Order: sequence, then structure tokens, then C-alpha cells
Amino acid sequence: MANEQEAESYTVEELVAVNPYNPDILNDLEGFVNDQVSNQTYNLDANLSLLRLYQFEPERLSVQIVARILVKALMAMPGPDFSLCLFLIPEHVQMEEQFKTLIVLSHYLETARFRQFWDEAAKNRNILDVVPGFEQAIQSYAIHVLSLTYQKVPRPVLAEAINIEGLALDKFLEHHVANSGWVIEKGARSQLIVLPRNEFNHPELKKNTAETVPFEHVTRIFPVLS
Amino acid sequence: MASSYRDREDMATGGGGTSAAAAAAAYDPSYVPDSVKTFVSHLYRHIRDRNVYETHQMYEGGFHRLSDRHFRDTPWPPAEAVAPHCDGDHVFLLLYRELWFRHAHARLQGQGLTPAQRAESWDNYCSLFSVVLQGVVNMQLPNQWLWDMVDEFVYQFQSYCQYRAKLKNKTQEEINLLKQYDQAWSVYGVLNYLKALVEKSMIGEILEREKVGLEQFTATDGYDYEGGSNVLKMLGYYSMIGLLRVHCLLGDYHTGLKCLAPIDISQQGVYTTVIGSHISTIYHYGFASLMMRRYVDGIREFNKILLYILKCKQYHQNSPQYDQLLKKNEQMYALLAICLSLCPQDKLIDENVGTQLKEKYGDKMTKMHRYDDEAYAIYDELFSYACPKFITASPPVLREPFTNYNQDAYRLQLKLFLYEVKQQQLLSGIRSYLKLYSTITIGKLAKYMDVDEVTLRTILMTYKHKMHSINSDGKVISSADFDFYIDEDIIHVVESKLTKNHGDYFLRQILKFEEMINQLDKVQFD
Repeated sequence: MANEQEAESYTVEELVAVNPYNPDILNDLEGFVNDQVSNQTYNLDANLSLLRLYQFEPERLSVQIVARILVKALMAMPGPDFSLCLFLIPEHVQMEEQFKTLIVLSHYLETARFRQFWDEAAKNRNILDVVPGFEQAIQSYAIHVLSLTYQKVPRPVLAEAINIEGLALDKFLEHHVANSGWVIEKGARSQLIVLPRNEFNHPELKKNTAETVPFEHVTRIFPVLS
Repeated sequence: MASSYRDREDMATGGGGTSAAAAAAAYDPSYVPDSVKTFVSHLYRHIRDRNVYETHQMYEGGFHRLSDRHFRDTPWPPAEAVAPHCDGDHVFLLLYRELWFRHAHARLQGQGLTPAQRAESWDNYCSLFSVVLQGVVNMQLPNQWLWDMVDEFVYQFQSYCQYRAKLKNKTQEEINLLKQYDQAWSVYGVLNYLKALVEKSMIGEILEREKVGLEQFTATDGYDYEGGSNVLKMLGYYSMIGLLRVHCLLGDYHTGLKCLAPIDISQQGVYTTVIGSHISTIYHYGFASLMMRRYVDGIREFNKILLYILKCKQYHQNSPQYDQLLKKNEQMYALLAICLSLCPQDKLIDENVGTQLKEKYGDKMTKMHRYDDEAYAIYDELFSYACPKFITASPPVLREPFTNYNQDAYRLQLKLFLYEVKQQQLLSGIRSYLKLYSTITIGKLAKYMDVDEVTLRTILMTYKHKMHSINSDGKVISSADFDFYIDEDIIHVVESKLTKNHGDYFLRQILKFEEMINQLDKVQFD
């Protein structure tokens, strides 16, 4: 069964690479979106190809499929996939209620307004629950932004960002302490979570790339040296 | 010969039907001036002799002189009338017709280029490309000509989409013609021809092999010195840029950049030897980068090409491309102003480019930083001035009500762009405050900025998110000109040191001097 599915998605990816400008593959691409949803995979190129075909054949546009593509794109944050998809969807289609909601959700995520995001998401579970893995993907994104910003983040800030509280949050923290190098400290007003060091929250780790010369650049003068 | 792009408002083709008929009546299709007879037979001979230099002279110079002298607002003689002067050569006549339609599009638009003529031009491109794709063409043509062909192909497609999206004032006759020629300039056709040229020419493989030294391509500027033809190869090469352009017109920036990926724009290459192709490549690359929020990529490339144009535009003053060059130059300054307003960078701009930028947009850039209504108006103005002419690719619905929807695509892109600008509204406030401190508590900064602490935390995270983009390899790249991190509730601002990139400087100078030495070596004294 798994092999069959693998063979199918291999074929669709091939289609997108070899013959993307072809209305005959529209149904395959729609099927592929549903595959991505059920298998928790993601392929931006295929989804953009489908949105392009919808542009060329507006009568064949499926609001349901587009909604799924947009939810998947949200899950790809911090990548700009959501706006890349919006660029291809005609304005009047974006007026659909579902899409207006998704645009609002994207706006909250882009501006790090996590509390508003989770509130709004709770009111729209019908759109979001269709796509498994949504919550985890957004929590990943939230942690990504926190890791860019904080060396040590207060527990309430983390809780609001990932929408987990109380005992569930304790378990979550335990898991990341064990697996992701998080450390819990006691702060002035609350627990502090020390996030892993990276070049964005620890500027001293930033490699001084200014003085290093990439090898490919040096190869340019090989003809001169010889 | 460059297609002269119209101003933002295309001239209305109202009443096109009758004036086209009048022009056709005045136009004697059998009249072929002697100079044209000579032109055709000489051009035909030069192409047959594979004399690229002479072909180029006639193509760039001769064609324009004759157009100016005899064909200011009438078409050239039809292919049938000049056939006797080129042995009726089928392929040559396809090339001639391509020039014919290009001239017609440039000079006759105001007087009503009919849908029939536009459709015939499409048919001609189909025939021409089909012949090339069969791999039977044995000519060598100047790269300028081959670039212009692809450039014009995309331009006529864009022009046709604009034309057929303006239904309000069309006569019933025009509507019927649109119905009749509904297969002309289909978006599938355009995209598939460009893709076919890329694939059949195997240009991707050629460029890969060149990287490991197994192929000469850039070194010969794409020309074939072993008796073969450069036509398919170069059309394939230029079609990659054509695909980037078409995808930008559709609003698909990601795929557009993917199409361009085989060309390494961090270096000189065949795309830089024809200035039109150089500018078109960088303009679209930069614009796509801007829309994908890869501001630093856009800034870097705009800076390079604007510097190049500053230095070399004097050499192109007499070229028919000059107006187009100047227009794109101005547009790229506008895009650069936008990029720098959204993503300030001190170190990436060359001094001379910076001076020009300040002259043209200094005031506006200051205003854009304020993020008030006036600022949005300026972002709107610059974007609208500099953006490509987006198209609606789907065929028109030829039923009542007949509206003009040619601006829809542009309005959508503008709206989404301004939406992104709005999301960055509070970030310039952060920059101005944090530049004054090395550390400051969240509480204090919140008070100065007149927001509550929770809001301030979201603003700080938004700054981090917007200033860190994901590049094409999926890595997080910071484009922040200044940075900070937070320790519980203290913000630590990071000093950014000015670094001089000596290694790169030496590399550039080594290559430059080597080039100079090579040129001096070539000098021969009589």
C-alpha cells in the first residue's frame, strides 16, 4: 500500500517537472494536494503549478482544494509560501469567507500575535482540523521565532506562543529538555526556558563571513594563476 | 530592434477597425523600394555566408534606417513581395516576417493592430520555433537578434493579454475576431514553446558541463565555431529568461526564479553580453526577490547593475535600445528605494549608486520610513511605476457584460504588496529606539514607545521574523542591519561592526587587470 502511494506521488512530481503547463494534469495535482494532507507531506512546486492552472482555467477552481493548499502553506512558515499562493489567487476568489479567515490567521502569525492567532484558530476548527499536523507546525514556527529572539524566554511568553499551559506544558518542556537541548532556569518572575544557542540569539556565534572568501570565487582566478 | 514598450496607459484601440482599414487602403503591398530589395538580398546572403558581424550590422543598423526612412507608420512590404530577393527561402522569410510583425507592433499600435495581425504573428512564431525545434536550422545569428526574438515573443503575448482584457469599447467586429482567433497567444502555447526551447537546446546540461570544464559556451559567447548553429542553443538560453519574465507577469515569483536558476547571476555570462538581456534578467530577478521578501538579494543585484549602467550607458546612446534602457534604469532605482526602505542596508550600496538614489528618491525614502498615509501613497506610487505589466492569462469571457479587466492582475499584486508593507509598520520605530541603547528593559522601551509590554514583545518578534528570510536552500538568512536578543526581559542590542571584504576586492581587481592585459595584448600596431 505504501509503495503504491509512493509511486503515485513520484509520478506527480515528475509531471510537475516535465509537463507543468498542461491542463490535463489538473486532476492529478488536486489528488496530490489531498495526498499531502493525509500523508502530512508538502510540495510547494506542485501546489503553485495547480494554482497557476486554476488561473488559466478559472471555472475549474475548487475552493476546497485552494483552502487546503493555503492551510498547508501556513504550516510552512516561516517560509513565504502563503503569500506566494495568494499572488496566484484572483482577488474575487480571496473574498470567500474561508480565505478571509486564513488571511487573518496568516497576518497574526506574520506579526507574531500568537494569542490572537490561537483565539481565532479555535473559532475556525472546521477549516483547520481538516489538515492533520496543523497545530504542531504552527508551534514549530512559534518556537523558531522565539529562538531567533530570546536567549531566555519567560514561561508565560512561551505558553502563549505555543498555546499550551499547565501540566501539558510541563510535559512539553520535559520532552524538549530531553531532546532539543532546552534548559529550565528560575527567573525573577517565572520559569525561564533557555533556548539552544544559535547565531541569531547569540551574536558572538555569528561566523565572521566578511573575511572568508568562498571557494567558488577563488576558482575564478585559477585561469589567471596558471 | 527593441520593442518600444508603451507607457502605463496603453493607447486606446477604440475605432481600431476603421482606421486599420484606412491604413490598409493607403498601403500598397506590392511596393518595394530599391533600398529594401538590396537590404533583403544582402541580409539573406550574409546569413547564408554565416557572416555574423555583417548580419548584425544590417539587423541593428540597416533595418532601423530603412524603417525610419520609408516605414515610419506603415508596415514593411509583406514577405511575398520580397521573396524573389531571397530565393523564397522558407526560413529566411519566417525571420523576415518576425521583423515585420515586430515593426508593426512598435509603430502601428496606435492605429489599430488588428486581432488578425496579432494572430498571424503568433502563427509565425509557432512556425519559426517549430523549425528551430526540429534541429534543422544551420544558421548563426547575432545574439542580439535571438534575444530580441524571445523578448518580443513575451512582449507580444503580454500586449495581447492586455488587449483582449479591455472589452468595454470593442466593436462587435472586434469581439468576433477575438472569438475567431481564440487559439492565438494561449498561455499554454507560450509557456510550452519557451520550455521546449529550453529543453531541446539542452542548455541546462550545457551550463552544467561548462562548470566542470567539459564544454565551451560562455567563452564563445554561445557561438559555434565548428560549423554548427547557435540558434537553438541561444534561443534555449534566452528562453530561461523569457520564462522568468512570463512567470513574473503571472505573479508566480518562486517558479520564475527556479526557471532562471541554471544561470549564475553572481558572475558575468552570456546573459550579460547583450545589454537588453542583462537588464531584463536582473530587473525580473530583483522584482521577484522583492516579492519573495528576499530584499538583500534584490538590493545586491540592483546595485550591481545600476552601477554598470552608470558606467556604460554613454556607449549605448545611439542604440535603438536606449530609451528602453533608461526606462528600466529608472524603474530599478525605484525598486531599490523600496527594498532599502523595507530592509535598510548600509554596506551594500556603491557610493555612486547611492548618490543617484538619494537624488531621485531621497525625499521619498525619508517619507516612506514614517509609515503614515503619505508613506503608503509613496510605496503605491513607486511600486506602480516600477512593476511589470501583470496579465490575466485566462481567455476572456466574450459575453455581456463587457468590462475592462486588464488592471485586475496589477491591482492584486499591488494590494498584496502594500499589505506586506503595512505588516512592517511598527518596525522602523524599533530601529530608531534600539539604535540609542546597548541594553534596555522591555518595560522601559514599552513606555517610550507607548505600547504595553505584550505588544512590544510581539513587535520585537515581528522584527526578527521579517528580517530573517529563508533562502533557496532552506537556510535562515539574516538581513537585519542591526540586531538584538532578549534575556528574560532585557533587550541586548548587538553592535554591528563595519567589515571590509578584502578577499573579494582582491579577486575582482585580479580579474579586472587580467582582462586589461588581455585587451592590451590584442592591440596590433600597423
